[in-house]
Amino acid sequence: MIADFALAPLLPELILALSGMALLMLGAFSSGDATRTVSGFAVAALLAAAAAAATQSDMRVVLMSGTFVSDPFSSFAKVAILLASAAALLMSLDYNEREGFARFEYPVLMVFAALGMTMMVSANDLISLYLGLELQSLSLYVLAAIRRDSARATEAGLKYFVLGALSSGLLLYGASLIYGFSGSTNFETIAGVMVDHGGGAPVGVVFGIVFVAAALAFKVSAAPFHMWTPDVYEGAPTPVTAFFAAAPKLAAMALLVRVLVEPLGALVADWRQIVVFVAIASMAIGAFAAIAQTSIKRLMAYSSIGHVGYALVGLAAGDETGVRGVLVYMAIYVVMNLGAFAVILSMKRQGRMVETIGDLAGLSRSQPLLAAGLAVAMFSMAGIPPLAGFFGKFYVFMAAVSAGLYPLAVIGVVASVIGAFYYLRIVKIMYFDEPAPAFDPVTEPGQAGVLGVSTAFTLLFFLWPVPLVDAAAKAAAALFGG
Amino acid sequence: MAIGLAHYLAVAAILFTLGVIGIFLNRKNVIVILMSIELMLLAVNINFVAFSTHLGDLVGQVFALFVLTVAAAEAAIGLAILVVYFRNRGTIEVDDINMMKG
Repeated sequence: MIADFALAPLLPELILALSGMALLMLGAFSSGDATRTVSGFAVAALLAAAAAAATQSDMRVVLMSGTFVSDPFSSFAKVAILLASAAALLMSLDYNEREGFARFEYPVLMVFAALGMTMMVSANDLISLYLGLELQSLSLYVLAAIRRDSARATEAGLKYFVLGALSSGLLLYGASLIYGFSGSTNFETIAGVMVDHGGGAPVGVVFGIVFVAAALAFKVSAAPFHMWTPDVYEGAPTPVTAFFAAAPKLAAMALLVRVLVEPLGALVADWRQIVVFVAIASMAIGAFAAIAQTSIKRLMAYSSIGHVGYALVGLAAGDETGVRGVLVYMAIYVVMNLGAFAVILSMKRQGRMVETIGDLAGLSRSQPLLAAGLAVAMFSMAGIPPLAGFFGKFYVFMAAVSAGLYPLAVIGVVASVIGAFYYLRIVKIMYFDEPAPAFDPVTEPGQAGVLGVSTAFTLLFFLWPVPLVDAAAKAAAALFGG
Repeated sequence: MAIGLAHYLAVAAILFTLGVIGIFLNRKNVIVILMSIELMLLAVNINFVAFSTHLGDLVGQVFALFVLTVAAAEAAIGLAILVVYFRNRGTIEVDDINMMKG
């Protein structure tokens, strides 16, 4: 259905774009420090945009000369992205002030990154895909280096920039090949051309798929394109790392799903082998490389690589159940991850941040609530029932089994057993090791709130999983029905 | 011999490969990496314009204009990050970018 000039489906993007520009002006022209005010308005804008995305109709609407699509899939992804961004921003306020890099640009950049992400997941054309992805990436490069007096943060920003620009180049080269050999940049037209070819794709398009898939694997940090992740996660300021591990990852995964399923859906036999390989490599790297880490932020980086691998297992199935699994998995992953980072952000001793795993020793005795929150997140990431993380893995492995990908499902289960080792090691260190000196008490409402909500969600998800699973099923159906 | 689509694609593929190799084999300094990134994006633009002429479809040239614009923004941000990095470390040698390993 084409409904030009009806701007209601653009409401989340309009709210973000207008408030982003207004907040930039507010920050630049206000006398004195406007960081708190700008941050408050930025959280409000993110929540308002999430509400606007949540109330979109279930119909598929194509706008802006076919470059922008609003459907249940994009709405699902947008709500998750915007809530995760708002939570990450809330958690960072006190940290940034304490560490002396609280600037009004920080919330503004987060709003623009969120705008880029919402445009990515609504892209219906290679051009709008590229512009959304770049708006997100350029904001994230600056966020990684926002602590400009820190050598580690600027190095993280530089590494992220170089590898991110490389992946943008790969994406564009792939896009140019797909455009050249299919004759269009519009997703629907490309899909039509591919169906007309009857499954046997032109060789140029297959090359294009390889480049685009490699570039998006960079953005979701799937192995073998993961090498930037540990360095960037370790070097960037912790609240930025918390943001990186949540919203952009979900957005890039949603974009990968849409690109592979919508325009290239007829070529599932061609891209499935790429996705299977990337999924296996990511799960293996995530399981083995994390074992030797001593920094908790590096460990979370490898853990996120592994989780992307599990989500890709669902995509490899290439059908509606698989996409539903991916969406449920990523949504649960984002919640668990924000909870874990809320604890990492409170690892502070006599006013100084610490970030090695050994510093967590005996946390259960000095701060039982914090330890319990991290333990729930770790058990859930390991996939132990009845916590939420188990259901995420359950849905993707079920999809792989019903698509006949038995070896992939078996490898996934084995990798998650190996991965359980390092998650459980953190629980063991917190509960059974000789206590290290106690952390300072948590006084920050943002972190405490995010940790509480995340822990409650993870613990109680099994009682009422219907809303999330239904929304994900509707989103997946929209991708295959349209 | 008439110059056709294949020649343009070959030139673009060679330039793109040179750009990728420039990022990975370069051991000197980060400015060379920024130049390599530009080379990759411009190779892609040759592809887009060649395909656009070949297909008789203007969208490819529109895409090329967008790529040029975004490439400018990307270079600006890359140089800005490079400047703050240089202020912290006093060097932009690729071999010195090694504070985090493992």
